[in-house]
Amino acid sequence: MDKRVLVIEDEPNISEAIRFILTRDGWHVDVTADGVAAVGALQTNPPDVLILDLMLPGFSGFDILKTLRANPATQAMPVLMLTAKGQAADREEAERLGVTRFMTKPFANAEVVAAVQEMTGT
Amino acid sequence: MSFNLLVLTCIAYVILLFFVASAAERSAQQGRAKWLRSPLVYTLSLSVYCTAWTFYGAVGYAARSGLEFMTIYLGPTLVFVGWWVLLRKLVRIGREHRVTSIADLISARYGKSNLLGVIVTLLCVAAGTPYIALQLQSIALSFTVFVSDPGRVPLAADKNIIAFWVAAGLTFFTIAFGTRNLDANEQHHGVVTAIAVEAVVKLIALIAVGIFVVWFVASGPSDILARIDAQALPEWTIQPGRWTGLILLSAIAIICLPRMFQVTVVENIDDKHLATASWAFPLYLFLISLFVLPIAVIGMELMPEGANPDMFVLTLPLHLGQDGLALLSFLGGFSAATSMVIVASLALATMVSNHIVVPLWLKLRAARNLDSGNMRLLVLSVRRLSISLILALGYIYYIISGGSEALAAIGLVAFVGVAQALPALMGALFWRGASRNGAALGLSIGACLWFYSLFLPSFGPDVMISAQVLEHGLWGQSWLRPYSLFGLTTLDPLLHALFWSLLLNTLAFCLGSLLSFPSPIERVQGALFVNIFDRPGPTRSWTNPVAQAEDLLPMAQRILGASEGQAFFRAQAELQGKSGFLPDITPEFLQGLELKMSGSVGAATAHAMISQTVGTAVVSVEDLMAVASETAQIIEYSSQLEAKSEELTRTARKLRDANEKLRTLSDQKDAFLSQISHELRTPMTSIRAFSEIMMDAGDMSVQEQAHFARIIHDESIRLTRLLDDLLDLSVLEHGQVSLDIRAVNLRDLIDKAISASKSVQAQRNFRILRSRDPEDVEIVTDSGRLTQVFINILSNARKYCDATDPQMKIIVRQRKTMLEVDFIDNGSGIPRDKQALIFEKFSRLTDSLQAGGAGLGLAICREIMNNLGGDIDYVPGQGGAAFRVSLPLVLERKPMAAQPPAALARAEDAD
Repeated sequence: MDKRVLVIEDEPNISEAIRFILTRDGWHVDVTADGVAAVGALQTNPPDVLILDLMLPGFSGFDILKTLRANPATQAMPVLMLTAKGQAADREEAERLGVTRFMTKPFANAEVVAAVQEMTGT
Repeated sequence: MSFNLLVLTCIAYVILLFFVASAAERSAQQGRAKWLRSPLVYTLSLSVYCTAWTFYGAVGYAARSGLEFMTIYLGPTLVFVGWWVLLRKLVRIGREHRVTSIADLISARYGKSNLLGVIVTLLCVAAGTPYIALQLQSIALSFTVFVSDPGRVPLAADKNIIAFWVAAGLTFFTIAFGTRNLDANEQHHGVVTAIAVEAVVKLIALIAVGIFVVWFVASGPSDILARIDAQALPEWTIQPGRWTGLILLSAIAIICLPRMFQVTVVENIDDKHLATASWAFPLYLFLISLFVLPIAVIGMELMPEGANPDMFVLTLPLHLGQDGLALLSFLGGFSAATSMVIVASLALATMVSNHIVVPLWLKLRAARNLDSGNMRLLVLSVRRLSISLILALGYIYYIISGGSEALAAIGLVAFVGVAQALPALMGALFWRGASRNGAALGLSIGACLWFYSLFLPSFGPDVMISAQVLEHGLWGQSWLRPYSLFGLTTLDPLLHALFWSLLLNTLAFCLGSLLSFPSPIERVQGALFVNIFDRPGPTRSWTNPVAQAEDLLPMAQRILGASEGQAFFRAQAELQGKSGFLPDITPEFLQGLELKMSGSVGAATAHAMISQTVGTAVVSVEDLMAVASETAQIIEYSSQLEAKSEELTRTARKLRDANEKLRTLSDQKDAFLSQISHELRTPMTSIRAFSEIMMDAGDMSVQEQAHFARIIHDESIRLTRLLDDLLDLSVLEHGQVSLDIRAVNLRDLIDKAISASKSVQAQRNFRILRSRDPEDVEIVTDSGRLTQVFINILSNARKYCDATDPQMKIIVRQRKTMLEVDFIDNGSGIPRDKQALIFEKFSRLTDSLQAGGAGLGLAICREIMNNLGGDIDYVPGQGGAAFRVSLPLVLERKPMAAQPPAALARAEDAD
């Protein structure tokens, strides 16, 4: 069975790009812009990797990460956080909250693919 | 001798005095000619005691009453020989406290009481007036003697005119020299020197007449003595009671007379001069009185019956054909009179201005601030006015009294008047318990009694006081008869007045002082005055110090600081050739230490501390006062420091506020940059990701390729638009935008905006409800910018209006000079909590794809409307999203530097 990646991203063009490159690499990719709804789904059907945008309307990437790390079922889930703000303070905050990888937009496609592979040990 | 020649002589003499005074003043200013202030000049200036009364009147006095005239010289002689201790105390107090007059001394001693100053001043003016009149009278008389000699009958009117011109001339002289400038010590070098010259002239004149009489009229001393014995009149017998009274009176006068106080105390520059004066002044008095009796006796022998004995000094040489001698004698009398008038009016004017006019003036002008320059001019003017006033009073007294009284009588009236100051003065010097109330009471009672029992009657019956009152007493009460108060009828009027006034004055003074408690400042001043010699003088030196350096070192270290204290001691020890920290305690060392410490704690404190440690001197009240005033200065200084530190605190607070503001601004800038970063990176991410996909994917369908290329294209446009908006916003925010203002029809603008916004979600059917008539209005504004705002609002509505059948109402209203355009859609509107945010930068309420912009649209709209002199607001409660654009019908063109148009004419592609 294919490994599953969930992408939480409110910019449709960006999530479409991620879906394209990861699908091409053999992943099953789910995409959503609604962070609140996604958190519920994560508990019941956890993906192998989560790609998380930091700047989400309403419920931010930090909030989602915090919720995940507080839950035993998703505590160890590999999370790649993407941000367009690119401030050092955000990276520190993300690491404090237990992010697995942190990447600044715009990214190189190959990097994203490599990071996802690395995090899942494939 | 002709009258004119006499006048000419007088004028020449005055001009000579003028030059003497002027030269002395100049040398004093240049610090040359120390002899001008020698004991000799001081002593000669004291001779201002010997007025025309002494010069002319003593002979008359002798002719009438024999040796009694001697009492007038005995009193001062006793004071100078026997009581010079008292004079020395007066002089020392006068100099240390910068006393300017007797009124000032009494006022200062009794707690700087202005009341006492006023009482003493009034008393002195009242007593001084007849005395000045006396001088005017003597000069006038001597003039008429000369003029009447060729057989002309003297007229009273002539005398009055002469007296007037003499008064006017003396006023001028006194003003010219006494008020040339203001000296803190009220010293007048020029005047004093002129007085000394006059003293010599009058002495020489009297001695010359005396020698002439003894050796050229009589045949020598033995002959003259025989003639004196031959004139044995009954009056020549000595009346012990009257003598005692008169000696006492003249002794008091030499201390209390304002002019004597002026020359003895105020003009004194060195106590030591008193030592010379204590023998030289009695000698002067002896010389000037030596020939009085011979002149009187010869006058009585040779002069025709009815000749005025007061004028013997002048008439005798004239009678004997000695015109030259007569002229000298005349100048002597003139000198005696003028010197008295000058000094007396100067002293009285000082009192009047210092104690009456200036305090009154200051009180009246308390509200205004006078600078010192004004003050100086004011005081000088007051002085000049006072001098004129006092001489005018003297002249008026002369006219009223008619010049009929014998000269000596008028002088004695004045003596009794000023004698009233004696109890207060003695109390000031010797009795610490003396109080202001006692002094005021005694002075008032004494002055009233003098006024009633001697001064008023001295004008003669029915002038100032009616003959009725003189005869039967006030209100017919016989015990109130001026000459026989309380039934005392056995004394002559003068002694009677002296007895009662001084007795009751002294009693009231003592009782008043005993019954009232002196105020603190009176007690302090009392101690300072009474114990003036107990304190170390201005030059303090250390004698027989008994302390060890070990005692002084800790104190010095505490004051100077440990290292500096030790360094000072070591240096001093080295100077003495010793090693270590402990020098010998020599007076020089102590003086050095005191100087060093006074730099830290003030001179008085340093002195007091060393005194205590060394144990040679007791700390006096004066020292404590000085310490207190230093402390006051320190407190003043520290309160200044406090004020400064408060100011610093205020500045610090301002800085903190400014810093806070800067930090907020910096935070806002960071947030803004972070926002821009996000807005720029987001489209770039898509562009990069899809470019990479297209670069390395060979098996892509044409549709896919076209789709990805479109994404890249759209995101590029989004990026460009963002940059345009940012630049536009920046230009608008800084007011650097150049507006293209012209007349335009609002309806055309709205038409244009509607058609331009149709491209947004073109598939939606969006109804626009307009009322075309009100829209038909000419406005003067920047049509491009206004259209940009309209397009923005319309596009937003097309994007966000969530009604199934979306529509928009456009309502135009005119309010005076303003125009309102409302845009109301039928969607759900903007939530209340977001309404305040929508005009902020990057305040996107929905996701960015739907918005298609960075959230700068409304922020730009607001800036545009500000630039157009209007505004844009969200109007809540209209059933949907409602924006109101208001603007002036005519926008005034404001002068502005031309700006290159930046990002203009983009109305078409606004979101």
